Amino acid sequence: MTKLVLDIKHLEKKFGELKATDDLSLDLKAGEIHAVIGPNGAGKSTLIKQICGELTPDSGSVEFLGEDVTNLDVAQRANLGLGRTFQISSLIMEYSALRNVMLAVQSVQGSSYRFFQAIARDYKQRDAAMECLTQVGLQDRANICAAQLSHGERRQLEIAVVLALKPKAFLLDEPMAGMGPEGSKRLTEFLDTLRHQSPILMVEHDMDAVFSLADRISVLVYGKIIMTGSVEQVRNDPLVREAYLGEQ
Amino acid sequence: MMLSVNREQKLNISFIALLFILPAVALSMDEPFYITLMTKVVILAMAGVGLNLALGLGGLISFGHAAFFGIGGYAAGILATHYMNDELLFSAFGYEYFGTDNMLAIWFAAMFVGAIAAIIIGYFSLRTKGVYFIMITLAFAQMIYYFAIAWPTYGGEDGLSIYVRNNLFDLNTLDPIIFYGICLSLLLLVTFLVSTLRNSHFGSALQAARQNEQRLASVGIRPFGIQLTAFVISAMATALAGALFADLNRFVSPDMLSWHTSGEIMIFVILGGVGRLFGPILGAAMFIVFEYYLGGITEHWGLFLGIALLAVVLFARGGIVGVIAGEVKHD
Amino acid sequence: MTLTLFFEQLLNGIQFGMMLFLMSAGLTLVFGVMGLINLAHGVLYMVGAFACALVAGITGSFWLGLVASLIVAAMAGALIEVGVIRRLYKRDHLDQVLATYALILIFSEATRWLFGSFPLYLDVPDILAQPISLFGLLDYSSYRLFIIFVGIIVAIGLYLLITKTRLGMRIRAGESDREMIAALGVDIRTLYTLVFALGAALAGIAGALLGAVQSVEVGMGGPVLILAFVVIVIGGIGSIKGAFIGALLVGVVDTMGRFLLPYLMTFLFSPETAANVGGALSSIAIYILMAGILIVKPKGLIKGAGS
Repeated sequence: MTKLVLDIKHLEKKFGELKATDDLSLDLKAGEIHAVIGPNGAGKSTLIKQICGELTPDSGSVEFLGEDVTNLDVAQRANLGLGRTFQISSLIMEYSALRNVMLAVQSVQGSSYRFFQAIARDYKQRDAAMECLTQVGLQDRANICAAQLSHGERRQLEIAVVLALKPKAFLLDEPMAGMGPEGSKRLTEFLDTLRHQSPILMVEHDMDAVFSLADRISVLVYGKIIMTGSVEQVRNDPLVREAYLGEQ
Repeated sequence: MMLSVNREQKLNISFIALLFILPAVALSMDEPFYITLMTKVVILAMAGVGLNLALGLGGLISFGHAAFFGIGGYAAGILATHYMNDELLFSAFGYEYFGTDNMLAIWFAAMFVGAIAAIIIGYFSLRTKGVYFIMITLAFAQMIYYFAIAWPTYGGEDGLSIYVRNNLFDLNTLDPIIFYGICLSLLLLVTFLVSTLRNSHFGSALQAARQNEQRLASVGIRPFGIQLTAFVISAMATALAGALFADLNRFVSPDMLSWHTSGEIMIFVILGGVGRLFGPILGAAMFIVFEYYLGGITEHWGLFLGIALLAVVLFARGGIVGVIAGEVKHD
Repeated sequence: MTLTLFFEQLLNGIQFGMMLFLMSAGLTLVFGVMGLINLAHGVLYMVGAFACALVAGITGSFWLGLVASLIVAAMAGALIEVGVIRRLYKRDHLDQVLATYALILIFSEATRWLFGSFPLYLDVPDILAQPISLFGLLDYSSYRLFIIFVGIIVAIGLYLLITKTRLGMRIRAGESDREMIAALGVDIRTLYTLVFALGAALAGIAGALLGAVQSVEVGMGGPVLILAFVVIVIGGIGSIKGAFIGALLVGVVDTMGRFLLPYLMTFLFSPETAANVGGALSSIAIYILMAGILIVKPKGLIKGAGS
């Protein structure tokens, strides 16, 4: 049996009376891309937040690489190797693209408590960051302030930042959101190569991307996973068609 | 790398020059009062430079920096008083300590006690965000303020006088220009350190925490530790300024701890320009100009200070440095 | 120590709490609805006290003075809302703190200019000058009882206003969603001015009521403002109910602390040390209370809006 990278067991989260996550279990295996799909309001964001540590579940557990991380905070989980991107780009807007990636490199270096060395002279950090920018094709935009990048470029920068973390699992929150057809296609190809580096758990709306990338798909409706299966199984499941694919 | 000097740097350089030239002029004209006034500017500026590290770079709106300013002042006052009266301050393991009049020891003590206070205050305050943080730092400072008033051992409400100025090496610290020199050296040192910090790895994380805590945490750097460290360093600089202020006035009182002092330190930072290296220095200078020159014309100078502050907040958000030098640039 | 003295101090604490509630209700309302942190709230307290002292001095009627404090403070509130505060809603908290701090400087100095530095005196009205007997147990200041009464009336009034009226409905809508209320076609500018003036009027009446017990002077708003901040931080910023609970807690803990702590310390220390330690501890008791509550609940006791 393949080792589980992420193992989420019986997660529950209530907001008042609303069950946003309802006895949810989910896992991610080495080398795979596991996509979570579901209609709006299904609780996808709540799920992501519980996996990355922004929200604490009411009950249930999140295990990462065999370690129970349910009570760890965002930074601790990131340090263990959980690299997440945001649905709405969340960058350091006054920093250049390069500086944004350098911050992630700095985290891996563990050098955030260096007080005297000028960051401009940390060529190691700079070079490592530049490499990640090059991987996503942003090398020519390295010195542009994040606030001045286009929407699509910011999405690419999100990916570059997470690459710099050298994570053991990627957690991607709607990476295709607002990318445009050309951008989506390129990103899809890129993510396809990424799975060899580390497995990917992604929440995504873009069905073309999901169907072409995912090894497994889980369908989330009202906080519950109603089924998990291969692309074919999900495509042909009548329940899924009814609940999600909007079969008339 | 090409060495280019932008407008803000030009402004900073001419400003440092003024800090040397003006007292020299006052000295040659035999006007020690102006030297003392400049000393006040330099000391208040240091408190502002300290706050600017937390507020400008870290985005931590501390409305309680008077606590550290006053703690520094009291550290100086208490050590000096014990030394002068030859009173026992504390004894431990058979060692008895009677205070000191050595400035180096006093500065160290002020920064040490300021740091301890900042760790405690920061630990609790940084668990909260936004408006809660502002109010809690204010409340902690008030707590120390009322404690100083209620605790009679060191003068309570009346404050504590230091009868002679403390000593540093063999310098005649009572000579205004010598004391000014000491204060200016320290200000330049502190400003240099803050500037170094700003460009360091730590500074990068700190400024990132100001802009987007969520992002910083998600790359694996805990904002709390970064912010607490900045808060403590910031408090140490302000406490050092407090110790110098006590020495300048040869007097410490709960006034140094009052929330108006917190407000004033904040004004230095804002008038000058938030996050600007020399903003607080310019702001403190402006403040003293208001207090003394306008104060000489009308006793209601506070009214004009208020109007000026309101105008800066509403219409010139970068402060004076911002107006002259344009927007902040990050590479 | 007698039981009578204990009850008297407890009532004093409640009275102090009610006054703090009048102060903090406006502060917390303004934060909840507009997201504004207003340091100038203490200024409105001072304006109310001066208006009351002035009108009471001229007409000889405390009650006319009280009415004047309401009207003048509400007008001053509306004036600064339209002139300055309005520009601050979309700014960050730092700008709000500084601009309203500037307003403190401006209003304090202007008041000093108009009235001079000497405190004005405001007498308790004759009808409330005599202590009354409570259940034959103790004689208590009828004026202080009156303050408690006003506090309760205002609390009930605010409760009814928020839950039962159209204005209250809009205020609640504004708390939960500022965009939505604009979309509903409510004139949001007028609503904000109204809410601000309401908070100002409450601060003004608090100033007038307390002015008769303390002196009316420039700077009287500062300490009260900070206590009001402590109250709303404890209660949960944006929550009127939280402000009520917080105000009573702070009022009672502060008053009883000053009364009981020096006494309790005599069990531990010599009389002189006990007085020092007790005095120092009681002067910071409410801040310790606040820190304690925030350790358990970083957002205050009651979940408020807009925070």
